[in-house]
Amino acid sequence: MMNMESQPIDIPFSKHILGNQLQVIIHEDHACPLAAVNLWYHVGSKNEVPGRTGFAHLFEHLMFEPSKHFGTTYFELLQRAGGQINGSTNTDRTNYWELVPSNALELALWMESDRMMHMLPSLTATAFETQRDVVLNERRQNYENRPYGLAIVALTEALFPADHPYHWITIGAPADLCNATLADVQAFFRQFYHPANASLTIAGDVDPDAVLDLVNDYFGACPAGEAPPAVALAPAHATTSRRILEDRVELPRLYQAWLTPLNFADGDADLDLAADVLAGGKPSRLYRRLVYEERIATDVSASQNSRELGGFFAVTVTAVPGVGLDVVERAVAGELAAFAREGPTEDELARAKAQTETAFVSRLQRIGGFGGRSDQLNSYNVSLGDPGSFTRDLDRYRNATTRSIREAAARHLLPGHQVTLSVVPAGRSDLAVSGSDMVVVS
Amino acid sequence: MSTPTRRDPPPTGPDQPVVFPPVTRIRLANGLAVWFVERRPLPFVTVSLLVPAGSAIDPIDLPGVASLTADMLDEGAGGRSAIEIQEAFGRLGTTLDTEAGSDAVLLSLAVLPRHAHAACALVADLVIRPTLAVEDFERVRTLRLNRLRQLRNSPSSIADQAFVQAVFGAHPYGHQPWGLTEAIERMRIADVVRVHEAAYHPASCTMVVVGSLEPTDVARIAESAFGTWAGPEMGSDLGKMGSDPISSSAPVKWGLTPFTPSRVILVDRPGAAQTELRIGHVAVPRSTPDYHALVLLNAILGGQFVSRINLNLREQKGYTYGAHTAFDFRAIAGSFVLQTSVQTDATADAVGQSLSEIAAIRGERPPTAQEVDFGRATLTRGYARNFETTGQVGRALAQLAMYDLPDDTFDRFVPGVKAVRAEDLAAAAVRHLHPGELVVVAVGDRVKLESGLNSLGLGDPVVTTVDV
Repeated sequence: MMNMESQPIDIPFSKHILGNQLQVIIHEDHACPLAAVNLWYHVGSKNEVPGRTGFAHLFEHLMFEPSKHFGTTYFELLQRAGGQINGSTNTDRTNYWELVPSNALELALWMESDRMMHMLPSLTATAFETQRDVVLNERRQNYENRPYGLAIVALTEALFPADHPYHWITIGAPADLCNATLADVQAFFRQFYHPANASLTIAGDVDPDAVLDLVNDYFGACPAGEAPPAVALAPAHATTSRRILEDRVELPRLYQAWLTPLNFADGDADLDLAADVLAGGKPSRLYRRLVYEERIATDVSASQNSRELGGFFAVTVTAVPGVGLDVVERAVAGELAAFAREGPTEDELARAKAQTETAFVSRLQRIGGFGGRSDQLNSYNVSLGDPGSFTRDLDRYRNATTRSIREAAARHLLPGHQVTLSVVPAGRSDLAVSGSDMVVVS
Repeated sequence: MSTPTRRDPPPTGPDQPVVFPPVTRIRLANGLAVWFVERRPLPFVTVSLLVPAGSAIDPIDLPGVASLTADMLDEGAGGRSAIEIQEAFGRLGTTLDTEAGSDAVLLSLAVLPRHAHAACALVADLVIRPTLAVEDFERVRTLRLNRLRQLRNSPSSIADQAFVQAVFGAHPYGHQPWGLTEAIERMRIADVVRVHEAAYHPASCTMVVVGSLEPTDVARIAESAFGTWAGPEMGSDLGKMGSDPISSSAPVKWGLTPFTPSRVILVDRPGAAQTELRIGHVAVPRSTPDYHALVLLNAILGGQFVSRINLNLREQKGYTYGAHTAFDFRAIAGSFVLQTSVQTDATADAVGQSLSEIAAIRGERPPTAQEVDFGRATLTRGYARNFETTGQVGRALAQLAMYDLPDDTFDRFVPGVKAVRAEDLAAAAVRHLHPGELVVVAVGDRVKLESGLNSLGLGDPVVTTVDV
């Protein structure tokens, strides 16, 4: 029962490269009368520079404004056709998707290609300023006015040096957003929004030959553009620092983070599984000891956050009332040391693998949306150059061993090489990990 | 193929009919309803058990006890400890999701087909044979109290609690399922045992299975896992707890809440980066015959991106990251609510604009023919995407069970919405939106908000604190 079945994951597709360098991936599946369009631009906050942060995400908002051949916002025609529409920006990429009844595929391609080719001339100063206000409100809602919402800002600032593009979070700094000009975003668009920097996937209830014709018709005339240069990267070094952030919270929370391998690099999947064994659910080591047995914490979590230019492993623990974070930190350190020494048990590894496989298959049920098949095909294409890397990806987890996980933990989760952040109620720095320095984030 | 012209949007093809997949329905001898939809080819199964034991059955003096009972199910059962239960689920490659809502508790999980039987047997242990030990209860109660304590600093949680309290008053809908601190502190394990005995019975529950199994497999698995679950005699009061609050207090009288002279509730959050807003009133339950009209009306008013309120507050004014409205249909009653979070200095104007939009759609600016046409198209043409995954289909079936809806509810949606005419919408707006009854909850910086909110003509704001 516990043996993993090494069955390949079969998601058939074809890949094409247009004359203007646009990469096109087509996946046919007639289970539902739906078609998914998913477009990745290989640009994210990693392509920004200090003083000009938040542009990639602000630009994503502007992409939903009117373009040359549709005078309405991006939503109206597609919603009328029964489509669902969204987009997102992270450090590495910006993605846009439409999930439409398959009879509206051509409309979605017409819309996506129009904004790729004709967005700029239609962009007004008013639309730009309004969307900047919307983004400032998004930041207030999701970071400033939310308990522990600014912790991620303090954490990444401590973890990555000031000239590393992961030093700032994707939504950017309010001052930078306020300083942004229409000319800035126009330059940004010209550099990054063109076929040579994009990957387009169409999936679902479609005829692949007809789709390729349509894509050629609608995107073929778009000038290629130049692939943007690789991001110049200051290497991030393992650091140790201890910081305190005061926030409007009731219970103190400990964040610890280590620099770890890139996405798909050696050790990345091992650390994903390590996170699961350490803090995924009640049987996990940190939950069992800190929440269930010692009752010094009220919740725990851990994650390996691997990206294109760097990764970090984070452990988060919220203390119970009356317990300071020194006590919590000692317990976490003890568990991590034991884990790096002994690795997971065979039973822990089998459970982590089984849950990983179920979640993996579950995501593939959908053709569209964030994390659906079309998004995943683009992700593999941009990261690995092969859209069909499903089995290769899952095999990273299937092939992990107690030894490979122990070695990854021992190599990367070193004591003394982590950033420690204590988020405490205002005026309660006594609850923070000893020897920490107060920080302020905007 | 001729080169398309870029000038005009390409036409879409004819609408494709949406047909909900066929459902196999059986009932075990103990009364448990078992519903199954076969779904292939991915090797995947979603299993859910709907128990009509949501917070609507909380006794008036024990808000939160139903959801605490749901939390206790996997804290020890069938001879296993809490940790051992989760390890067993883990070996099957799954985790149990326990969702305690107002009208029901939904236990659900997703597994590969070869583990479906073992997973169902585990779920059966939890609901039929929970240990409900006092030491586990003390631990779980403390975790709940810590969670509630953290919510005191969450503006959206405070606003939600203040809103349901304002519109539903003393009815169990007047608190969130997770309950209130003061009551959780008083609870004893005996309260949980009483809820479990009173409300967990096979004849009132529905098991929903969707995925790559055969109907005969599902019947066999259900019988094997749940067949020995004994319930009270059919027809006894205990057999239908879900629709009937177990409150020992006098039944709460229903109707629109009588408002104090002021309808503005202000919860002070000094220095807040934004103001969290809820604006609404009591509305009809899911069983309303106006359901299709209200879904369409809401889409036009604030239910989608291209809606009057979102376009006004977000796209024109930039006050917020988003604003939306909903008819929150529940089994006994519902609410109409507008939710948004706006920048502090725009609060009074955002509230004023919202009130105007709500008044206008049932008065001087009823839905136009274009809006009705647009709303109909958005709701009906994309309807197929609601049933793409096993989880979506399972959740849809759980809705049928929870609200006791006809089997053909989903097949009737598209024709039902298409049949709504502009004049039906105008009439529905008059019947179901009540500008004079709207209550405004604002969680934000009192010093900066008070005078602006005063000027709205809704009476002086009542400044209050909200205990969650």
